[in-house]
Amino acid sequence: MSETTMSDQSPRPLVEIRDLRMHFPIHAGVLRRRVGAVRAVDGVSFDIHEGETLGLVGESGCGKSTCGRAILRLYDITSGSIRIEGDEIGTLGQDALRPRRPRMQMVFQDPQASLNPRMTVARIIGEPLDEHTTLSRAEKLDRIYELMDAVGLNRNFANRYPHQFSGGQRQRIGIARALALNPKFIVCDEPIAALDVSIQAQVVNLLEDLQDRFGLTYLFISHDLSMVRHIADRVAVMYLGRVVELAPRDSLYGAPLHPYTQALLSAVPEPDPGLEASRRHIILKGDVPSPANPPEGCNFCTRCPQAMPVCHRIDPEMRELRPGHFAACHLHDPDHAPTAEPTAANDQPQQGE
Amino acid sequence: MPDGASPILEVQGLQTVFRTRGGDIHAVNSVDFHLQPGELLGVVGESGSGKSVTMMSLIGLLPSPPAEVRAGTVRFGGDDLLRMPARQLRDIRGARIGFVFQDPMTSLNPVFPVGFQIMEPLRKHMGLDRAAARRRAQELLELVGIPDAARRLGDFPHQFSGGMRQRVMIAMALACDPEVLIADEPTTALDVTIQAQILVLMKDLRERLGMAVIWITHDLGVIAGIADRVMVMYGGQVVEQAPVKALFARPQHPYTRALLQTVPHVTGARADRLKVIEGQPPVLSGPPRACPFRARCPHAFETCARANPARVAVGPDHDAACFWDVDRGAPRHV
Repeated sequence: MSETTMSDQSPRPLVEIRDLRMHFPIHAGVLRRRVGAVRAVDGVSFDIHEGETLGLVGESGCGKSTCGRAILRLYDITSGSIRIEGDEIGTLGQDALRPRRPRMQMVFQDPQASLNPRMTVARIIGEPLDEHTTLSRAEKLDRIYELMDAVGLNRNFANRYPHQFSGGQRQRIGIARALALNPKFIVCDEPIAALDVSIQAQVVNLLEDLQDRFGLTYLFISHDLSMVRHIADRVAVMYLGRVVELAPRDSLYGAPLHPYTQALLSAVPEPDPGLEASRRHIILKGDVPSPANPPEGCNFCTRCPQAMPVCHRIDPEMRELRPGHFAACHLHDPDHAPTAEPTAANDQPQQGE
Repeated sequence: MPDGASPILEVQGLQTVFRTRGGDIHAVNSVDFHLQPGELLGVVGESGSGKSVTMMSLIGLLPSPPAEVRAGTVRFGGDDLLRMPARQLRDIRGARIGFVFQDPMTSLNPVFPVGFQIMEPLRKHMGLDRAAARRRAQELLELVGIPDAARRLGDFPHQFSGGMRQRVMIAMALACDPEVLIADEPTTALDVTIQAQILVLMKDLRERLGMAVIWITHDLGVIAGIADRVMVMYGGQVVEQAPVKALFARPQHPYTRALLQTVPHVTGARADRLKVIEGQPPVLSGPPRACPFRARCPHAFETCARANPARVAVGPDHDAACFWDVDRGAPRHV
C-alpha cells in the first residue's frame, strides 16, 4: 500500500510503521545451521497519531507483543521502517537509539517480573532519571514524588520494595517509571492481563487520565477485546504476524469486515445470560498454524469459514473498504469476491488440524 | 434444573485456614452450598476470594500443612468426604468426582504419552484390562473432539496445542463417568476462539452425559453463557447465590453489582469511563468479624463493621449476605 493510504489528512502521524518484519532464525543440527525462521511479525504497516490510542489485538502467538517490542527497537528488526516524529529509528544502532529512548517507553504485562525486587520504589522510578538526566539528588526525589502522585501511589511508600505492594499498585510503579522521562509514546504490552477484574478498571482509568494530562500516545497491546473497545480510538487486529484489519473502534466492533475479526468478536462471551443465549458464535476449527511455516495464500485460509480457492493461492492485500477501515480479505476484493453474498459460503469445506 | 431433587453434593460450614509463618490466613469461612444432579454451578470471584481453595478442600487436595480444614461437612452420596479415610476418598477422587485444572501443561505428566495417562484411572478405578482401557481412552478422545484419536493416544503432551491439551484433561476427568466434575478456570489460559470451542464441547458433553458441574472462573461472560446457577465469592465467603438470569438481572450484593458494572462489553453501549471498585481485596488474617467488602462498599454503614452479615433470602432460590437492601436503598430488616 502507498504511504498515504494508511493515514488520514491530519498532520503527520507520531508513529509510522511500514512493512515491519521481525523474523527469528531457527537453528538446527550439529552445525547449528539456519534452517528457517519464525515470522513473528511479517509485514506490518500502520500509523499512530499524536494523542491517540491504537489497540493491537490478537491471540497468543499472533506477534502483537513482538510487534510492540520491535517498534521500540528492543530487537534488531529484520526489515521495514519505523518513524517516530519523522525520525527513522528502524536502522539505528543501539548507541544512536539511546538518546531517543526517553521519547518512547514501555509498560510491561507482569509488574512482578519487570520490577527489580531488590530495588526500592524510589530507585525503580528514579532509574531512568539516573540514566538520562543530570538532575541533582534533590531534584530527582522531587520528580519521583511528583510521579508517585501522578499514578496515585502514596509518597510515604517510596522506600518500600515491590513485594510489599499489590498487583495493581505494582503496575502503577511500572507506569510511573515509564513516565519518568516525559515520553510522547508508550507501548502498553498487556498492562492489565495479570490483574484482577476489579483492579483492571482502576489501571485503565489511570492510563486514560495520564493520556489526557500529558498528551500521551499509546500502542495498547491486549488480547482483551472488551477492554480494547473501551480504551482504543482505532484498533488493529493481528493474525499470524500480519495485520488483517485496521479500523476506527466503532467501525471495527460495529461492522467487522475480516472473517477472523468476526470470529474473534463473536467468541468473546458477554456478561449477559439473555444475550448469550441468542448470540451466534462463530466457532473456528483447529488452531493457529505455526509462524515458522505459514500457509500459502492468506494466512487465515486454513481456519476461515468462508475461504475460497483463491485464498489458498494469493495473499490478499490490505484495502481501504470504508473510510479509515482497512481489511486484507479476498471476500471484499471485486476481482475475487463471490457473486453470492459471502454468508452463503458458510458451508465451504474447512481445514481443521 | 430439578428443584425438588436432593442435592448430589452438599457443603456446610466449610472453614479452611492456611497456617503460615506470618500467621493464619482464613481462606474459606463458613461456606455453605449445594449442587443439584445435572446442574452447572458457576463460582465467580477474584484471586484470593477462596473459590479454588473451597473446591480443593472438599476433596482433600490441599497440602496439609499448611492447609487445615477446620470445620464443615461435605455430603456426597450419603458420606461425609471430610471424615472419610484417605483411601476411600482416593477411590472417589478421579472416579466419581472428576477435575479439570487451569493449566493443562502443568497438570499432565510430560514424560508419559497422553493415552497412558488417560488409561491410568480407567485401570485403577474401573479395573479395566489394558485393551479395554485403550478402547475406552480412544472413545474419550473422540468424545472431546480430538481428531485421529487412535494415533494420538501415543503422543506426548507437548505434541498437543493448548486447546487440545485442555480437551485431553477433560477426557481424563470424564474417564470414569463422574457424577460431579469440578473445573477450575478451565479456559482461562486459552485464547478466546479456543475457549469458544471448549465451551461448546462442555455444553454438548453435559447434554450427553448429564453430570453435575462446578465451574470456577473470574470471567462473568463465561458464566453468563454456561451456568444454571451462580455463587459469588469474596473474601473467603459466599456473598451471593442465585439462578444465572436473576444474578445478572437483579444482583443484590453491592460487590456483585460493582463487578457487573466494572467490566466493559464488546457489544452494546460503550461507557466513556469505566466504573471502578476502589481499594483492594481484604487480607484474611483473622476470622471474619465484619463484612469483608465494607472497606470498598458504597453502601457501608456502622452495622457492617460490627458483624459479618449472614446470607438472607432475597428472591426465589436467591440469597445475599448484606445488611443493605439495594432495592429499597435502606438497611435490611433482619
